[in-house]
Amino acid sequence: MTIAPPHDLAPRVASFDPDSFGVPTGRELEWRFAPLDVLKPFFSLDPEAGTVTGISTSEFVANVPIESVASTWTPTDLTGALARSGARSAVVIDIPREARVDEPVVVRLEASSSFAYQHVEITAGAFSSARIVIEANTVADISGAIVINVADGAELTLLMVVDGPKEHRLVAHLPATVGRDARFTACTVTLGGRAVRLLPSVHYRSSGGSAELLGVFLAEGEQFFEQRIFVEHEQPHCTSNVIYKGALSGALAHTVWIGDVLVRREAIGTQTYEMNRNLLLSDGPRADSVPNLELETGDVVSAGHASATGRFDDEQLFYLQSRGIPAELARQLVVRGFFADVLGRLGMPAWRDTMMQRISARLGMADEESDDA
Amino acid sequence: MSELVINDLHASIETDAGDKEILRGVTLSVESGRTHAVMGPNGSGKSTLAYVIAGHPKYQVTSGSITLDGEDVLAMSVDERARAGLFLAMQYPVEVPGVSVSNFLRTSVTAVKGEAPKLRTWVKEMKEAMADLQMDPAFAERSVNEGFSGGEKKRHEILQLALLRPKFAILDETDSGLDVDALRIVAEGVNRYRESSGAGTLLITHYTRILRYITPDVVHVFVDGRIVESGGADLAEVLETEGYERFITAAQPA
Ligand SMILES: Nc1ncnc2c1ncn2[C@@H]1O[C@H](COP(=O)(O)OP(=O)(O)OP(=O)(O)O)[C@@H](O)[C@H]1O
Ligand SMILES: [Mg+2]
Repeated sequence: MTIAPPHDLAPRVASFDPDSFGVPTGRELEWRFAPLDVLKPFFSLDPEAGTVTGISTSEFVANVPIESVASTWTPTDLTGALARSGARSAVVIDIPREARVDEPVVVRLEASSSFAYQHVEITAGAFSSARIVIEANTVADISGAIVINVADGAELTLLMVVDGPKEHRLVAHLPATVGRDARFTACTVTLGGRAVRLLPSVHYRSSGGSAELLGVFLAEGEQFFEQRIFVEHEQPHCTSNVIYKGALSGALAHTVWIGDVLVRREAIGTQTYEMNRNLLLSDGPRADSVPNLELETGDVVSAGHASATGRFDDEQLFYLQSRGIPAELARQLVVRGFFADVLGRLGMPAWRDTMMQRISARLGMADEESDDA
Repeated sequence: MSELVINDLHASIETDAGDKEILRGVTLSVESGRTHAVMGPNGSGKSTLAYVIAGHPKYQVTSGSITLDGEDVLAMSVDERARAGLFLAMQYPVEVPGVSVSNFLRTSVTAVKGEAPKLRTWVKEMKEAMADLQMDPAFAERSVNEGFSGGEKKRHEILQLALLRPKFAILDETDSGLDVDALRIVAEGVNRYRESSGAGTLLITHYTRILRYITPDVVHVFVDGRIVESGGADLAEVLETEGYERFITAAQPA
């Protein structure tokens, strides 16, 4: 167990022992937005919990007993530690050193029962290049981690899609370690689930690494989506770019975005930018958005953050409607457009289109053709 | 033969200091095939007139009427007006991030015509219309108006005019922000549409230079929320040499 100094953005405690962490009361900084009553089953060990396996046709995916995984990650909160001690198996995605994998590796995560612990361990070997798509369907309650190691000179893009019914809960840590001159891009698309709490983090193992954390989410009804990002620049000349966009509709929808970026004294030459924009599609939803940028050195190339939550732009609607487009369709076009640039950054056009179609479907919009038809 | 009739139209906008009346009794009719120029000084309410015809929600019509072939335009939603055959080329076209020009145009044409154009003929039609306005085909893939220069925005408006083929076109300062070449290209686009469609045109402008390319049948002088004088194309010449002063003084309440 390690304990960090009190007022810095880094998690204070890292431990495999669930007893190192108190049960959340709602007063803790990291729990103050979450609906603790909804997430209650995630705060105690369930010995009956099921396992999560990865279904894939790819040769790079295997399901193994958890003991055989040497994970680089130590849990940083109660749910993480419980999931780690409760998980019996792990999904391993291993991209060999110097492999160039052209087709995306698609993995669907499947739970063996209505509550399951999950552990996924992704390794992109040195100088490899790959794209991975993880389909996390919200058909069970799942707690766990997706641990990502991007080795020196590797290039990894990870798309995680959280879609499905609106009843279930998902808590997932997404800790990534980025090697020397490695490039990591992650995008989470959150559409399904009753409560989804995602905790992506990035650490750099050496200089020259770059990380792009992207996210789009669309919360409706009483959906609660929380994304808590932590990027720690502890190495020189690394880059981070964090862009999340959310749309919310319905009086009970609630989203939380916390962007913690910490630039340590030794991280000279850092370039970092973080941004969250939220679009309120109706009256009533709540979007909490808190960027925190902490600089321990002034010797950076650039460091910026932005956060904005706004209503629909009536001038855009008017413009589209004045071209004969009915109000409802005009709104859908604007929402799709709002998300388009984030998904465009993935560099996976086919998956971008698929994600757009899923978003359209959520918005109740028939979509026979893609944007660039 | 169609007719757009505006009768004693009053409209106001809500401001922090209460409602402010901007249109103060506008009466005007335009028939198919005819071109009316509306000329007036800054802030006289020209764009307000255009927006009220198109149905912008920020203005309230307090009295008067607008009809299109007898149909009550004021009772229609913004998109219904467009589908009924009204088109407004805006003075300041709006940026719509993430929506490509091609997707936007096809969606609009589908809405206005009531059915989706066949993909193959559509692409050809769009490309030709863009070529007519000397627009780079790459514009089709860009987001609507985003990062367009002033002149590119105006060409994009006229491109929509050519593809949507309305009964009446209201062109709000389509000439502003254009250099001489762009003005000629845009004016030729408007003329091509007028001639091929026989549509009526309401050409709103501050300056007379566009009238060298597009000859109006009627010129209205618009001051302080209403038309203060109407005449033939020669009235524009008077404005060119004398400016609006005479009319502004005349419009002052006694
Ligand atoms: N939101 C607003 N609040 C208060 N006044 C407004 C608002 N919008 C417009 N106005 C006023 O309404 C009047 C008419 O404006 P409008 O844009 O219609 O004029 P215009 O004739 O088109 O001017 P221009 O030649 O500059 O385009 C102006 O005095 C303007 O200041
Ligand atoms: Mg104006």
